Amino acid sequence: MTFLVLSGIQKRFGETVAVENFDLVAERGEFVSFLGPSGCGKTTTLRMIAGFEGPTAGTITVDGIDITHQAPNRRNVGMVFQSYALFPNMTVAGNIGFGLKIRKRPKAAIAARVNELLELIHLEGRGDRYPFQLSGGQQQRVALARALAIEPQVLLLDEPLSALDAKIRIVLRTEIRAIQRQLGITTVYVTHDQEEALSLSDRVVVMSEGRIEQIGTPSEIYNFPSTAFVASFVGTLNLVTAAVIDAGSGRLSLEGQEVRTAKALTDVPPDKLVTLALRPEGVAMGEGEPGSNRLNGVVEDINFLGSIVRIRLRLGDGIDGRPPTVIALDTFNEPHLRVPDVGAQASVSFPPEASFVLGAARDGALASAEVGAEV
Amino acid sequence: MSRRFRAFWWLIFILAAVYFFLPLFGTFVFSIRAKPPTAGYTGFLSNERFYTTLAYSFVVGILTIVISVLILVPTAFWVRLRMPRARPFVEFVTLLPFVVPPIVLVFGLISTYSGPPISLTSTDLGSSALLVAAYVILSFPYMYRAIDTGMRSIDIRSLTEASQSLGAGWVRILWQIILPNIRVAILSGAFLTLAIVVGEFTIANMLARPAFAPYLAILGDEVDPYQQAAVALVAFGLTWIAMGFISLLGRGGRAKIQIGGAR
Repeated sequence: MTFLVLSGIQKRFGETVAVENFDLVAERGEFVSFLGPSGCGKTTTLRMIAGFEGPTAGTITVDGIDITHQAPNRRNVGMVFQSYALFPNMTVAGNIGFGLKIRKRPKAAIAARVNELLELIHLEGRGDRYPFQLSGGQQQRVALARALAIEPQVLLLDEPLSALDAKIRIVLRTEIRAIQRQLGITTVYVTHDQEEALSLSDRVVVMSEGRIEQIGTPSEIYNFPSTAFVASFVGTLNLVTAAVIDAGSGRLSLEGQEVRTAKALTDVPPDKLVTLALRPEGVAMGEGEPGSNRLNGVVEDINFLGSIVRIRLRLGDGIDGRPPTVIALDTFNEPHLRVPDVGAQASVSFPPEASFVLGAARDGALASAEVGAEV
Repeated sequence: MSRRFRAFWWLIFILAAVYFFLPLFGTFVFSIRAKPPTAGYTGFLSNERFYTTLAYSFVVGILTIVISVLILVPTAFWVRLRMPRARPFVEFVTLLPFVVPPIVLVFGLISTYSGPPISLTSTDLGSSALLVAAYVILSFPYMYRAIDTGMRSIDIRSLTEASQSLGAGWVRILWQIILPNIRVAILSGAFLTLAIVVGEFTIANMLARPAFAPYLAILGDEVDPYQQAAVALVAFGLTWIAMGFISLLGRGGRAKIQIGGAR
């Protein structure tokens, strides 16, 4: 059921376009993440939903009601900030009950709701503490409880875990998702951390330079990125230059070795260079099953990354002055794993579905974006 | 730090201390030259005007503080939140009392408000209102800076937005969120203002108000110079007590407004 709708949203700060052509339809109870690098417009969009910024164009509706020009304190939207933004002069209970006090709820009802939420965030009995007496993780839990206390129609979280250390982040993000599921509240979560976005969300909106690059489930975003930016920003990728042999059958040449993609290429002439994307975990050592793509090369280096071993294979010495093509593959670090020696000849394989063409190989901006994501 | 350098700093410190305390010591020595030596002190305590003028100055000071806070807290808040570019201009305006001498200010006020359409100097209440208005302007540099510094120490934007998202309007945000969190800053500005108001002579005298400073001036000329010296010392002591009070409150306040980080 359609609940939160952003249509044709645009935001300009003077001549600068912060957000453009932003369209999103979120279902009731859905968890949507805005993912992108700094300055991509994700926080600005969130702030427009909260009412802290007014869109230059477009409309925002919640449950069919246009809230585009409503004051922030008139919207029933809860917000959790990166800096917690707890009121330092109030106790934990005072913070959580603040919104209910504004709504003139009876004291007993406020106290009951505060206790209920303290239980939800596992801070029972700490209602009389002040924010400075809590750890960062506890403070953010209180901020979440405070936002939930008013039973908002939409919950907004602006990089709520960025200020916390890695372990607490993982614990808290699991808790946030569990609470969101339990309450069934429509949630918009802003983050630049792909792992956070992929692990938490029903759908992810990947943004770049104020525009939506792709909207999809975490699986769609990760496995089928629709643009070079999404492919490079989400996860790690092998991005290699391949020459087209036959576009219709998806046949390509990687340093003279033929590979096939699952999808045919359209409007690409033979010998045209394209960028082939390949997830490291989609490549395996050995010749693979019949129908798999096989590549031979020399093992360039082997990295042990804890549970994963990353092996890099050089396919040749480069063609037409281009640098040598190197493919990385990830394999689980099992106790009996046999890894080849560095400098040894080795074969790797991957199914045609594990690779996809991102478009004509280009240099300049795209190339530099790819370099950052290459493995 | 070398020995000679340290000795130099000690010398500077001692000279500054002597420069500061010598007049006080001189005043004290003068105040006990009365016969008997405590006469200066017992004299003003039995003088009703001491209490009435001090009370008048305190009331005027408190009114000044309240009005300054009502004007400057929303101003500083709005400038920080929505109009950061206007900050240099507002700072300039608040510094004007340093540029415009009190005598010029009071003459301007008297010539403007002593006749129609707004005639304030013809009544006691009107003159006192004019005095408070003048002191509000005089308090700007101290009050604005104190409030602005207090606001710098908290995350105004996030606290405001958090309050708004919970349904709070501007008055509630200022009253329940911003003011309690800049309490110490306001107090420090308030005590400075109080000290200035209690010691201000020119404007109070020109407006013929029964304030403490004019009383202190005529005390020496008309009553008893020993009493004048004693009252000056007692006023100085009261100021120091006020400063100690600020530091005491400040220590308590800091603990409360500190925001813990990730642990």
